[in-house]
Amino acid sequence: MVDPIPLLDIQELSVEFRTRSGVVHALENVSMKVHRGEIIGVVGESGSGKSVSAMTAMRILDPAGHVTSGSITLGGLDVLNASEEVMQKTRGHEASMIFQSPRTALNPIRTVGKQIGDVLKRHGNANRQTVHEMVIKALNTVRIPDPERRIHAYPFEMSGGMCQRIMIAMALSCQPELLIADEPTTGLDVTTQAAIMDLIRDLSKERNMATVLITHDLAMAADYCDRIVVMHAGHVVENASTKDLFAAPRHPYTTKLMQATPQGDGALDDIASIPGGLPDLRGDLPPCRFSARCERFEETCNTSLLSLDEVSPGHFLACRRPL
Amino acid sequence: MFGNEKFKMIVGRLLQAIPSIIGIIIVTFVLTRALPGDPAVYFAGPAADEKSIQEIRVSLGLDKSWLEQFWIYASDLVTGNLGVSVSTGQPVVEELIRRLPASLELTFLALIFSLAVALPLGIAAATRPNSWIDQLCRIVVTAGVSLPVFFTGLIMVYLFYYIWGVAPPPLGRLEIIYLSPPPVTNFYTIDALLDGDLETFGAAFAQLALPAITLGIFTLAPLARMTRAAMLQVLSSDFIRTARASGLKRSTVLYTYAFRNAFLPILTTLGMVFSFMLGSNVLVEKVFAWPGIGSFAIEALIVSDYAAVQGFVLAMAILYVLLNLTIDIVYTLVDPRVGLDG
Amino acid sequence: MTEFLKHLKYILTENSVTLIAGTMFLLLILAALFGPYIVPYDPLASSATRTLEPPSWDHWFGTDQLGRDVFSRIIVATRLDLAIAISAVVISFVLGSVLGSLAGFFGGWADRIVGRITDTIMAFPLFVLAMGIVAALGNTVENIVYATAIINLPFYARVSRTEVNVRRSADFVLAARLAGNSSLRLLAMHIYPNTLPPLMVQVSLNMGWAILNAAGLSFIGLGVRPPTPEWGIMVAEGAGFIVSGEWWLALFPGAALMIAVFTFNLLGDGLRDLIDPRRRT
Repeated sequence: MVDPIPLLDIQELSVEFRTRSGVVHALENVSMKVHRGEIIGVVGESGSGKSVSAMTAMRILDPAGHVTSGSITLGGLDVLNASEEVMQKTRGHEASMIFQSPRTALNPIRTVGKQIGDVLKRHGNANRQTVHEMVIKALNTVRIPDPERRIHAYPFEMSGGMCQRIMIAMALSCQPELLIADEPTTGLDVTTQAAIMDLIRDLSKERNMATVLITHDLAMAADYCDRIVVMHAGHVVENASTKDLFAAPRHPYTTKLMQATPQGDGALDDIASIPGGLPDLRGDLPPCRFSARCERFEETCNTSLLSLDEVSPGHFLACRRPL
Repeated sequence: MFGNEKFKMIVGRLLQAIPSIIGIIIVTFVLTRALPGDPAVYFAGPAADEKSIQEIRVSLGLDKSWLEQFWIYASDLVTGNLGVSVSTGQPVVEELIRRLPASLELTFLALIFSLAVALPLGIAAATRPNSWIDQLCRIVVTAGVSLPVFFTGLIMVYLFYYIWGVAPPPLGRLEIIYLSPPPVTNFYTIDALLDGDLETFGAAFAQLALPAITLGIFTLAPLARMTRAAMLQVLSSDFIRTARASGLKRSTVLYTYAFRNAFLPILTTLGMVFSFMLGSNVLVEKVFAWPGIGSFAIEALIVSDYAAVQGFVLAMAILYVLLNLTIDIVYTLVDPRVGLDG
Repeated sequence: MTEFLKHLKYILTENSVTLIAGTMFLLLILAALFGPYIVPYDPLASSATRTLEPPSWDHWFGTDQLGRDVFSRIIVATRLDLAIAISAVVISFVLGSVLGSLAGFFGGWADRIVGRITDTIMAFPLFVLAMGIVAALGNTVENIVYATAIINLPFYARVSRTEVNVRRSADFVLAARLAGNSSLRLLAMHIYPNTLPPLMVQVSLNMGWAILNAAGLSFIGLGVRPPTPEWGIMVAEGAGFIVSGEWWLALFPGAALMIAVFTFNLLGDGLRDLIDPRRRT
């Protein structure tokens, strides 16, 4: 079932933010592949570079962010060198993204029906006559009850979960091949979280989409993802299938994450068991950015550059002293 | 979606204007009675004796209690009686109504000019932070609020009339060689157009241009500042990121999504802008000898024609309340959230 | 406090605009204090032989229709213009902040009455209200001060109402209350002083606007009488000569006015940065 050519292929991507207080090395040599029909979880603390990776893949990064090296291929398109016009037509059409806090992620003074219609019309999937019907269809896909009435509603008239369904409907309205979900359940209550995640999984399997789930919740990634990419301070530190990762985590940070995540619905908000915080990403950094927090650290760790190597089939790791 | 709720809210807004109007009437009443010394002595003139002062006191109703006087004042207002202007001998209401179109024409054109410059400038500054246009916007905003409006006006006259000779002399609404167009709206430019008289239109517009630009420059600053700030805030909001991630065109993101949201705080600022405008209007009218109600008030002030001045203050205040009311109603109609979260 | 001084140094050194504004402010104060003693000519001395002379080495800003030195008149006028603006701002600062504090602290009726007063003032176009007040009270300089004070009152009342309201239930206030302080004492000794920084920003932002208002009133012939040198009236007197090309009569005093307002506005922005670095725009 898995296609040998990945739909999204990020290679050795480095991104810097030039701020007044110095250059922030937000991403360094980040690589990941996403295939059709596959759900990839990108896991890490806030500030680890998960969202920056996703925004760069969509090329909607803040103007302060600059790609210094690497390449991104999306279904044959060279994302970093494509014209803005091509990218605009790609976004929402071939690749879509949904965000956290769905109530603020929708235009507050435009009805949800119009917002979905804007996307449909933009990508030529509907015209004036068909737009109503197409919007209803999109709303039906995400199982919104009473779509004929909801189409005229404003975001503030709906619950957070309902708004997230609207955003998913909007993202999927033009049948994209890639869906990036950036913390899609943050700010929703627990039962709604499960419903939204089930919806995302069902739709991506149904449509054979490549799906990237960005989350700080390792337990959620374990439940829904086929493969997990662990990020720390702008590096990918470990990348393995969910099964392998949980059976035998190799990176010290991954094990810390697992210990910090209680069984069930815990999240990484309370990372008391991981000492220290993320390093300051400005200025010079050691090859292993986890070294300052790592119990297994030795002098040899930072002697030379570190790369992400395949340690067993399909299991990638960037560590000199793995478990 | 224009339902009962909105209608009720608009009625609510209208009702909310009533306390403001009552406040305005009380203030203008107090102002008419706050004349230093005995108003009757004042109105009677220096040569009056005790008997004629007493007669004037009675004729002005000053012998009655304050409450009675207020009642008389208020009922006069309701019937449109603002007293008689001492300097012209005409009822104040008639004088004001005759001159109001000149002031309104000037104010509206100034507003259009101001919006036409401030909105694009603010939007451009917000979409390209720290670019030259952002710096230009910053300069305009800081300089605009520091320029005394009469000073700007005089510079305009000096440059455009005296040095370059492109503007007509700053003396009123129409040069003496033209006849005023047949009155319909009493806005000379519109009336000239309605009459099909392009030459008069051009002449009226030429007279109008400098004062309107002068007035517009003064109100440009708060508008541009607010547009920039509101656009910056909206552009950094989550829903703009969603719109961009959906591949919507830059123009759609900027205007349909960002600007429509930024328009709401801009609309609120317009209230303050009108306060500036109606006030500066007086100064601009003096500089350009514009025959509006501001010039009328200045003439009245100089000859201590109190009824005329108070009538002017009252008229301006009512006009201001009406403008604010319009802003509120537009806001209610534009923002679907109004009233549903409160 | 050292932190504050450091920040002050930062503001002054890093932000050259504020430094320039500070320098201009000092010059304005010097002109106001010593102007009459340093000017080259008597501002009231007319000369029938040297009327309407353009700027020259003798008369930097030229002479007016009576042969008076425009430069000297502008410098001497600084004191009167600043005095009017400062007295007006002080009055509205004191009255406004007291009313606003009472409203914010006691809420209820106090709040409603103060709110009604400020709303009523704000229901007028402010300059027009000032005209009405001067017309009613009488055409004098003091009344220009009162009128300017009244139209600025709502700004101070609103700021201090919000600031007091926010602090009313702050921890240090509760602690003081538990220590047995009476309400008014609490307001006067513990809350009010803490509202001063934001009010000071309001003062400096308001000063320019107060100068503009006062000058506007004298431009239309209220308050100051000729031959007293004052910027607004000088512009008014010079206005008639613009159309015949004697620009220096009106433009120099107008520029002085503009520079004064500009100085206070820049200073206000700088002060806002100093007091609240987060609210920078």
